[in-house]
Amino acid sequence: MNQTPRARHWRLLALLAAILVFAVACGDSDEDSTDTTAAAADTDDTGDSGCDHEPIVAAFVYIGPVGDAGWTKKHDDGRLSLEEALGDCVETQYLENIPEGADSVATFDRLAREGTDVIFGTSFGYMEPMLEVAANYPDVKFEHATGYKQADNMSNYFGAAEEARYLSGMAAGSMTESNTIGYVAAFPIPEVLRGINAFALGAQRVNPDVVVEVVWTSTWFDPVVEKEAAESLLNGGADVIAQHQDTPSAGEAAENAGGYWVGYNDDMSRFAPDAWLTAPVWDWGPYYVAVVESIADGSWSSQSYYGTMADGLVTLADVSDKVSQDVRDDIANVQGEIIAGSFTPFDGPVNDQDGNAKVAEGEKPDLGTLLGMDYLVEGVIGNAAG
Amino acid sequence: MNESALVLTLAASMVAAVPIALAALGELLAERAGVLNLGVEGMMLIGAVTAFQIGDSTGSLWLALGIGSLAGALFASIHAFLSVTLRANQIVSGLALVIFGTGLSTFIGKSIEGKPLDTDFTSTRWGVLADIPVLGPMFFDQDPMVYATILLAIALTFYLERTRAGLALRAVGESPATADSMGVAVGMVRYVHVIAGGLLAGTAGSYLVLRQVPSWSQDATTAGIGWIALALVVFASWKPLRVLLGAFLFGFARRANFWLQGEGVDIPAEFLSMLPYLLTIIVLVVWGSRDLRRKVGAPASLGVPYVRDER
Repeated sequence: MNQTPRARHWRLLALLAAILVFAVACGDSDEDSTDTTAAAADTDDTGDSGCDHEPIVAAFVYIGPVGDAGWTKKHDDGRLSLEEALGDCVETQYLENIPEGADSVATFDRLAREGTDVIFGTSFGYMEPMLEVAANYPDVKFEHATGYKQADNMSNYFGAAEEARYLSGMAAGSMTESNTIGYVAAFPIPEVLRGINAFALGAQRVNPDVVVEVVWTSTWFDPVVEKEAAESLLNGGADVIAQHQDTPSAGEAAENAGGYWVGYNDDMSRFAPDAWLTAPVWDWGPYYVAVVESIADGSWSSQSYYGTMADGLVTLADVSDKVSQDVRDDIANVQGEIIAGSFTPFDGPVNDQDGNAKVAEGEKPDLGTLLGMDYLVEGVIGNAAG
Repeated sequence: MNESALVLTLAASMVAAVPIALAALGELLAERAGVLNLGVEGMMLIGAVTAFQIGDSTGSLWLALGIGSLAGALFASIHAFLSVTLRANQIVSGLALVIFGTGLSTFIGKSIEGKPLDTDFTSTRWGVLADIPVLGPMFFDQDPMVYATILLAIALTFYLERTRAGLALRAVGESPATADSMGVAVGMVRYVHVIAGGLLAGTAGSYLVLRQVPSWSQDATTAGIGWIALALVVFASWKPLRVLLGAFLFGFARRANFWLQGEGVDIPAEFLSMLPYLLTIIVLVVWGSRDLRRKVGAPASLGVPYVRDER
């Protein structure tokens, strides 16, 4: 064990260097997965050959991993369907797990500098970073999901999940025996409040005695916390769980407790087949195709897009046959009315928790009112301020 | 279902406490040997991703737990080699373990992202015992790991206080030179306990994915539990049973968030989410300052590499 300190230092340095190299190697292979799918590069593209214009380069920036089974996965499904639809006319790439805030500025800046034609950012917290970078690259188009700010070269896009939430509420309301539905929710912001309210109104439509109990997790994405919150609601007497969270863990809690579950974002039935009822589902593909096509033909202009069930941006996953045929027919009818525009979830009368009229009988609130929703409706237990 | 929400919250706190307690007991072993291992979070992640992969491919709960634990041990042996054999700075080496573990688990977990895992720990009711008010749901309606963790804390107390090996361990942590002169293989003792600590961190990570998380996602699996475990060891004055109690308190603070919301208590949810961490800090300050003043608890040679020549 007799060594000079110097020799020891060298050995340590060498070892640390080796670890570093290994770690970097891992990091690298990680990055390889940001697959830059080069214009469907001469894969077995049967039929039509090539494209009559230079391919549009589209980049997608995700908050979570594409394997999150929810929010980010659905955006990536949209990216894949964009590739499928436009073939050689588009090149896509994605970057996952990009934190909001300053970190994302560098990401957006790099993408813009590298000659990307359009950048899609799919988390609320990318709004300011995208706005900042967009100002420096007037020729690059920026598309921000779930925000509300716009610039000459930046659009925002989102959709009326509340329409599908209302329908999923009908399924949940018909299944509860304790007349208590638990709702695991992330943050008390208008998007989430709107979803809870639409869900509760849908549940009350088929079951006037139902109450919806809300707990806030203060996170979009934390499987452990989401599951704990659901367990807590089930312990408190709820027998159906709904969620505004990114992962399927609430469903596992419902499955273990023998309850039912309304998911979110995607058909998550495989996570809890016995508990599964249905879920509001996003379908971003058609929007991504429309954006890239409009860039290709030069018709793109900055807009604020709010897609609906009629547009196909929002859909309802197949309702489980655990729900009675009558209710399923009823859901299909209401879905028809929503798509036809003859019914919206917030058609009056709508009262808040204290019984104050928020939407009068026979009224339909306009989009601006809906986007600023700051209350919970009658029959919901929980604090609208979080 | 006729138990009150509070009792059910208490029972659920036991489950939330298990991974924290296991990780902290592991760290306690390493620190009692005089080796500070900040890499708990990294070791837990490696254990977690391994357990998920094994559980996913074999469907065997215990195999997943076992191999996940071994992966944690293997990972800890890096730290043992660096800090015992090479006498590297333990803080740097431990932090390297966290960064390495985070990256490596993301890499290994690539193929299982978003997949559900069917192998899960479930609770078993102990017949009529489970019907005892309060104690029934807390102690007689749990999964095997809850009991294993309690037994482990008791066994470790016995080991530290009542066995020769435990005495040797404490000697190595307090005064390795003395232990050395009495014929204790200091390096060996440190190796064994750092690796055993990694084993438990691996078990903690495995339990997280086998009990609490339905699908793999590196970001959200440990979510800082490894760091809480580190703090817990300090505030428990390096005593296993206090670790157990502290882990339960922390678990309860986590679960109390939803219980209080359900009771309609008018405290902002964001504040309630902060509660476990706030509690940890307060307890650290209160207990820690008192203990530090009395200079008890911390192994005297904690964090100091042992070099025979440099006495």
